[in-house]
Parts: sequence; structure tokens; C-alpha cells
Amino acid sequence: MLDEWRLGEWLALFTEDAVYEVPRAGADETADSAEDLFYIADNYFRLGHRVKRMLDKAAHAEWPRSVQSHMISNVRIKGSDEEGVHVSCRFITHRAKNEIVDTYAGHHNYILRTVDGKLRIASKRTFIASDSLRDQGKVTIIL
Amino acid sequence: MPDSLVSPSKTMEASYVVDDRENGLFRVNRKVFLDEDVLNLERERIFSRCWLFIGHASELPDPNDFVTRNVGGKEMIFNRDRKGNFHAFLNTCPHRGAMVERQESGNSLGFKCFYHGWAFNNNGNYATRHEKGVYPEDFNQDGCANLVPVKLEQYRDFFFVNFDEAAEPLESYLADSKQIFDIIGDHSPNGMEVVGGAQKYSIRANWKLLMENSYDGYHALDTHETYFKYLTEAIGGPAEMPTVTNVMDLKNGHASIEGDAPWGRPVAKWIPAWGEKAKAEVEEIRREVESRVGKERAERVCRLGRNTGIFPNLVINDIMAITIRTFYPVAPGVMNVTAWALGVKGESREFRKRRLDNFLEFLGPGGFATPDDVEALESAHRGYAAYQLAPWNDISRGLSRPESEPFKADDEEQMRCFWREWDRRMGGE
Repeated sequence: MLDEWRLGEWLALFTEDAVYEVPRAGADETADSAEDLFYIADNYFRLGHRVKRMLDKAAHAEWPRSVQSHMISNVRIKGSDEEGVHVSCRFITHRAKNEIVDTYAGHHNYILRTVDGKLRIASKRTFIASDSLRDQGKVTIIL
Repeated sequence: MPDSLVSPSKTMEASYVVDDRENGLFRVNRKVFLDEDVLNLERERIFSRCWLFIGHASELPDPNDFVTRNVGGKEMIFNRDRKGNFHAFLNTCPHRGAMVERQESGNSLGFKCFYHGWAFNNNGNYATRHEKGVYPEDFNQDGCANLVPVKLEQYRDFFFVNFDEAAEPLESYLADSKQIFDIIGDHSPNGMEVVGGAQKYSIRANWKLLMENSYDGYHALDTHETYFKYLTEAIGGPAEMPTVTNVMDLKNGHASIEGDAPWGRPVAKWIPAWGEKAKAEVEEIRREVESRVGKERAERVCRLGRNTGIFPNLVINDIMAITIRTFYPVAPGVMNVTAWALGVKGESREFRKRRLDNFLEFLGPGGFATPDDVEALESAHRGYAAYQLAPWNDISRGLSRPESEPFKADDEEQMRCFWREWDRRMGGE
């Protein structure tokens, strides 16, 4: 979906109390958006706007649209509790724009929950395996 | 210790800045963004002679704390010794050059080079025992085996280094920009602190473009259209544009634009989206500021915001949140940016979260605004490749106003302050 810019459908996968967070490159799993400076710490409202913005031609950093490729591997179900099912996976995402290819690698931690019989994302936290964003410069796509 | 870390310089070939006040024209030649010789001269005349921001006191709360970072192209250690005194050293072993500390931060009584094991106390003194006879009896009498210290001075909690032994004192260098640090100091009786680490990113454009952009009041509505759409939704009403705008020439190339804005400010302007509980908290903060600094100044501290450029490469934007950013050219067309968030010491978790949300909504590599600035800068930089055919940037906006009429924030006077100082220093005065 993300590769094809089907962002509306992607957003519909989230619960209405969902969070989407990207801590600073190199942050560990305990990183807390109330104490640490992240790149992205969206609640559902801001995530909705992020999607709206990405689809807007006035989001100059993503217009003309970049070309993306998301690869996922090492999917692991880590357990479940009252929050939902905890799932993690590794990712490599490529983004190409202005004839430059940026590579992001790391892992996602998901909390999934069933709402009205459908599996929904209650939390997505994306950890970039790097110690800076010197190479890429920005996080203007959904990793 | 060397007399000076500054190398001798040559002169710049031509003037790249045209300041034609009679005809209301101000132009900058685009070659200054591309040329290797210009960058080499900037390294000599600007980055080796100006005061450069190295860190905030809150980053080193205890004796023996250290951080390492690149400042002005040089690897540095910024630390406190056992007695708590602040130091800045070049992070290079006096023996053969390797970095004596490679962690980003920590607490350590000394530094040890991993290459040959030379060790140093955290006041920089050589602290290595060698077997007798391998070095002269009086080895290090001239300090050749100590870490090289760099001139370090502070204003309020902001620390700066200068690689030029002959540099004027920091306070006289900062000139009228001291008021900007004073206003930030007035946010709280408890002091301010750097919050939760640094964003380190890069921009494929010349470093001077980020200085211009950081206090460019003219670009906001076009470049940041999507941010204002978001803000309109977030605050539940139209984003009203400033009624107050001041442009301040803070001397020595420093400048600031000041005004009100539609967003909420943690200290201390409430917006309905924050809810009733936050309203009481924000009103309490405002009352505290008023009782401490007076009503008139509290208005400036709490309601108005400021985008400030401290020459040559420190930006302090006290807007919907406070960001400090500094940047350095890796090459004419690439800069490394380091950005921090500043918050009030001891503010509640809820308030800190709101501050950081405000920061991330606009600022940084994942914000709704900064990436569009970056795109604009990179796009401009690509355009400059045609500088021989399209040689000039126009920075004239507002220059032809009569003297009796103050500049506005969407004029470009603040950038002209930067460029006049840049030109003066590059011309070698």
C-alpha cells in the first residue's frame, strides 16, 4: 500500500486511539515521546493529517512524489497482553527523489488489536538502525 | 599551547554582495554558495574567528560529565573537570591524532587514546607514565602532550568556543543579541534545559541558505501551506496572521524577527485544542512570569515569538517550541545540521509532551514544515549551478522603505544583517 501511495487505505488500518512514532536514529526501545526528542510522535489526529499532507501537492518535500520500496522480513509474534498482540519485524525502505536514493533500515514494533472483527494497528513504532540521519536528511514518507 | 589555531589568509577576489541602498537593491552573487575557494576562506575568516556554539550547560549537569561533537569542522570535547569547571578541548591525541573520546556523552575522570594508550585528566593534563629514557626528562614542560584547549566562554547557559586566541570577548561579540538569551532565561525561574537529545540530519545545500531560511518571514505562507492547514484544524479555527512584527538588527551580523503567531506556546500562550486543564496551567505560568519580570516584558516572553540568527551559524527559534540549531558545511553543497529542543527545567510530563508535540509538528526531519524548507534550499542550490547565466539572488525586500518606517518580518532586512557581516569578514576588514 505504501509503495503505491494508497495512504488512505493504510490509515484505515489504524485504531482511532493509535500512535505512530519514529524515535531518533539509534534510540532504544524505551524511548519515550514525552521525554525524548523524536522525529515523529503522531497521535491518530496528527497521523491523519500526515497522510493528508503527503497527498497534498503543497507538501513540497514529497512533490513530485518520491518512489518507494518497502521490504519486510523477520516477522515475529512476541506475545500478547491487554494492549493487543505484539509483533516486530525488520525493514529496509528505499525512497528515491531528485535522482537520489535514500535507504532506511531498522525494525518496527507493532501492537495489533481486533476491532469489530478486523485486525487493526494500535501502535507502530519505527526504530531506525543508524546513529544519525546524515545520509537521508529527512523522514517525509511512512517507513 | 599554540598562539592561535587560525591559519594566515589570502584575500577574496571580488565583492559578492551588492548593497545599493540608494536604489533600494541588495544582491548576493550565487557563486558564494558553490565555490570551494569561498568555502576555504569562510573556514579561515568566519569559522576560525567567530564564536561558535558548542553546547548548553544543562547537557553537563555534574562534574566529570562530557559530550563530544563536531564544532566548526573540528572534533571537540566539551566537559567538566573534577572540580566542576567547564572546558573545551580538541578531541585529538597530541601524540598521533586519534580521538581520545569516541562516545557521544558520558561521565569520566579522564580520557584515554585507544591507539597507543596516552591518557589525560579531564582538565586536559597529560597523565601517562612511560618507562624512563624513552622521552626527554623535561617532556611536556611546554604542554605539548596535553590536550589542546580551546577558548570557551558562556553567556547565560550557552557555551561558545573560538579558535582565534585574539578574539574579542563573547559578550562584546554577541552585542545586542544578548537580549534574546535573556528572554529565554526569563521563561522560567528554574532555568532551561536541553530535552532528550539532538536531531542530526543533513541538507544538500550551502550552509548560508539555512541561516537565511531560519528567519525568513516571507516564505512561511507559500512554503508551509500544509502546516498552516494542519494548524487551522488543530486549533479549531483560522490561523490568524501576526499583528505585531519587529525586525531587530542585533549588531555584528546577528538579527531577529519577532511577532505573534496563531500557534500555542508552552510559555505561555494557550490554544483551545489544549483543553481546559492546560488553560489553568498556562495561565498560572503566565502569572508567574508576569510577577517575576513585569507585565510588559511578560507579553514579550509569553505571547511573542522570535526567530534569531547569531552569526555565523547558530539559530535560536523561540516559536511554538524552542529549537537551537547549528550547522556546518561539509562541502559547498552539503551541510550537517544538529538541532536541539530547549524546555523549562522541572516542567510536568504532560507539559513536556505538549512542548515536544509542538516541536515535532513544525520542526525537524519528520515535521510538517522543516522538510519543505529543506526541499526549497536543495532546489535553490540546484538552481545555482547556472550562476554564470543567472548570477544574483535578490534580497532587497523592504530596503526601499523610508527611514522613518520600521522593517517588517516579511522584509529581508535580517538577512541583509547577516550578509553585510559576512561580506565584511570575508573582505578581511
